Amino acid sequence: MNLGFKAGDWLTVLAGMLLAGYLFMTLWGGSKGASLIIRSGGKIVAEADLTRNRNFEISGPLGTTLVTVENHRVRVARDPSPRQHCVKQGWLSRAGEAALCLPNQVSVELTGVARAYDSLSY
Amino acid sequence: MTRSVIKLPACPEDHRIARLAAFAIGLSLAEAALPSPLPGVKPGLANIITLLVLQRFGWRTAVWVSLLRVVAGSLLLGTFLTPGFVLGFSGALFSLIVLGVARKLPSGTFGPVSHSILAAFAHIAAQLGVVYFWLIPHAGVLYLAPVFAAAALLFGIVNGLVAARLLDEPNRVPQPQQT
Repeated sequence: MNLGFKAGDWLTVLAGMLLAGYLFMTLWGGSKGASLIIRSGGKIVAEADLTRNRNFEISGPLGTTLVTVENHRVRVARDPSPRQHCVKQGWLSRAGEAALCLPNQVSVELTGVARAYDSLSY
Repeated sequence: MTRSVIKLPACPEDHRIARLAAFAIGLSLAEAALPSPLPGVKPGLANIITLLVLQRFGWRTAVWVSLLRVVAGSLLLGTFLTPGFVLGFSGALFSLIVLGVARKLPSGTFGPVSHSILAAFAHIAAQLGVVYFWLIPHAGVLYLAPVFAAAALLFGIVNGLVAARLLDEPNRVPQPQQT
């Protein structure tokens, strides 16, 4: 039984699959973070790119938060906050990712080449 | 007081368009009852009618049927002039443009399945464009593009196959000479 496909239809199906696959790879691959911004109490205390491995020690109301940059990734290595959410987040590498250590008021944010909006409302 | 009677003479062509549009509207309404995992992802069953009309009666009739379906369907669903309507309308319009080009492809090689897939991709492309440039100018919208593209491919194939099967059975589809 002829399903209804013609020779060119397979070509179109293939082209559609390639397009969908390409969109998945480019849009869901995510852009790599290029630089990081560390804030303490809402003020920017450090800005750096991810090319160099280094540590930042940020002091907040509870104590010192240790931020580590390694292999184009960043993480909060140590933090005095009781729940340790930002530490458990682990390594961040994509633009737009962020870790917040709330009681200690320290935040780490990764930015890409172009800064995207957080949100827009009308 | 004289009563004025306005008569709109309807030619057989008008009747045919109305009947085909009614089929399409029926499918749109049935489809609106289906739950959708994501706004915008739906089978687009009414496009089967558009594909049939395109093959049987040509592009002009397909334009009439498709746009009537969008407008009348939105009136019945109560979504006329809402953002959803604008999205549907722009999608239908761009699909029709692409179909107008696609039917110029050699018909021995490219059948309704190709038309359907191309129209489905045109539909989501137009809708994403309108969403991005008008409703939500946020890159996050494009984040959904792969899902829409995959859905367009899947439903494009399914609708195209249904249309191809229906076109293979001449008695199932209204013929030009019947009206």
